[in-house]
Amino acid sequence: MELRNNRKMNRRDRLLSLTTTAVFLFLLFLADRFGSDYETRILINCAIFIGLAVSYNLINGVTGQFSLAPNAFAAIGAYTSALLTMTPLEKELSFIVKPLIWPLSVIHAPFIISLLIAGLVTAFMAFLMGFPVFRVRGDYLAIVTLGFGEVVRVVANNAQSITNGPLGLKGIVNYTDMAWSWGFAVITVFLIYRLVQSSYGLALKAIRYDETASEAVGVDTFRHKMLAFTVSAFFGGVGGGILAHFITTISPNLFTFFLTFNLLIIIVIGGLGSTTGAVIAAFMVTLGGELLRVVEEPLFIGGLHIPGIPGMRMVIFSLILILVMIFARHGIMGSQEFSWRWAIEKVESFRRPKGGDA
Amino acid sequence: MYRPVRNAPRISALITAIGVSFLLENLGLVLFTGRPKAFIRPELLSGVHTFGNVRVLDLHIWTAILTLLIFLSLYVVIYRTNTGRSMRCIAYDMETTKLMGVDVDRIIAVTFAVGSAVAAAGGIMWAMRYPQINPLMGILPGLKAFVAAVLGGIGNVGGAMVGGLLLGLLEILLVAARPDMAGYRDAIAFGILIFILLFRPTGLMGDRLPD
Repeated sequence: MELRNNRKMNRRDRLLSLTTTAVFLFLLFLADRFGSDYETRILINCAIFIGLAVSYNLINGVTGQFSLAPNAFAAIGAYTSALLTMTPLEKELSFIVKPLIWPLSVIHAPFIISLLIAGLVTAFMAFLMGFPVFRVRGDYLAIVTLGFGEVVRVVANNAQSITNGPLGLKGIVNYTDMAWSWGFAVITVFLIYRLVQSSYGLALKAIRYDETASEAVGVDTFRHKMLAFTVSAFFGGVGGGILAHFITTISPNLFTFFLTFNLLIIIVIGGLGSTTGAVIAAFMVTLGGELLRVVEEPLFIGGLHIPGIPGMRMVIFSLILILVMIFARHGIMGSQEFSWRWAIEKVESFRRPKGGDA
Repeated sequence: MYRPVRNAPRISALITAIGVSFLLENLGLVLFTGRPKAFIRPELLSGVHTFGNVRVLDLHIWTAILTLLIFLSLYVVIYRTNTGRSMRCIAYDMETTKLMGVDVDRIIAVTFAVGSAVAAAGGIMWAMRYPQINPLMGILPGLKAFVAAVLGGIGNVGGAMVGGLLLGLLEILLVAARPDMAGYRDAIAFGILIFILLFRPTGLMGDRLPD
């Protein structure tokens, strides 16, 4: 049905989408020009998390394969692109314990190329990983991918002649600005949305609902799962590269399970399988995380001193995740997508006088 | 805790489980801070025996004995009692088990309790071995425990035991053979996991495919 809707998507919808995107980008431009440094950093963070969450949602939500490896993808992407954009001199200064191995020590590439290579390398790693991973399903797949994330961190900590070990990489140029981060977010959302709406997307959704049945009707489940996994990894890797050039210092500890957990909360709150939901929830969780900083800082209310509790935010986030799972399993959007027809019908039903059976 | 999501898709239960483990860990961080705390080893277990070149702590001997005892009692519970039979039935087919008049909720609760108690015993022995504790210490052993279970074959108590033993031996042997690779010891478990999944997904002693 959604496929037919897509075919029918007329000029009006396309125009509306383009206008909204343009208005939104203009607002972002204004925020970039006139917002404070803190505000732009939050917005850039939002954009990165939108891209990462939407690509994570492709494998977890749309295809229903419960991967817990997005932190590994982000890590591979971040390290790859950072190693490519750093100048040979910087690398020589950074790698004090063991020198960087040969080809990497002299390569120097522009940002955009480093991002593409980061995406490709990550996708390739995911491709290799897919063979053992898709031997299993469900809970087992989750733990295998979790283990993969752990291995990437262990390797990053120990392969000092490539990753500089626990010292991490410093002095990465701060290329990521509003344009790069939101460009990444918009392109990721657009491409993944198109993929989900295509016949491939249909097969992916079929796998989520019933893997055995979709195999029976002739869907090559392994190929489609692999497709979702590698595409998701590609954007995860690019996102990692964007993140690295935003924070400018990366170390293995940046890519622990905490990152995966954040993305998981985002796609669960948004509704597993909904790209729209992932975008909305990425906004909410990133902004909410900033607002919740209050609970970790000391407070003064009318002379009353309430000490901040460091670490309380993660407790709140885990509680939210559990409560959403128990009481609102479908999140904000369920597995539905936003469509103009739906929005227009909603607006019209509002306008209609009350008492009608609308 | 898991009852509300039991009839939901499996993924919901899994997400809830992740949420609960994250909640406990972070609550631990808030309450006890992330600083490792000393875990005082009882005097009773601190004696040292020397056999030739080998020095063995009393603790190590007791750990081995205790593990064996736990294994035997688990075996008895799972294969020799009604509760154990119900557990195995639920793993096989939950709906039919319910129809046969088994209180599925109770059995699952008991299974969780038994599993957690055994894990806690393992945690205490772990803490005595490396006498310090912190709220996040459980993540890696938990993951490795899963690898050991898959290595031995899911749903097979003896297999899990053999898997754990093999995994531990391989880790230590690698560190002993190539001390320069010691940093990678935590990655071995997953190397083994990948290898098994590719070539023998049922594990060494299992006959059921993990699904």
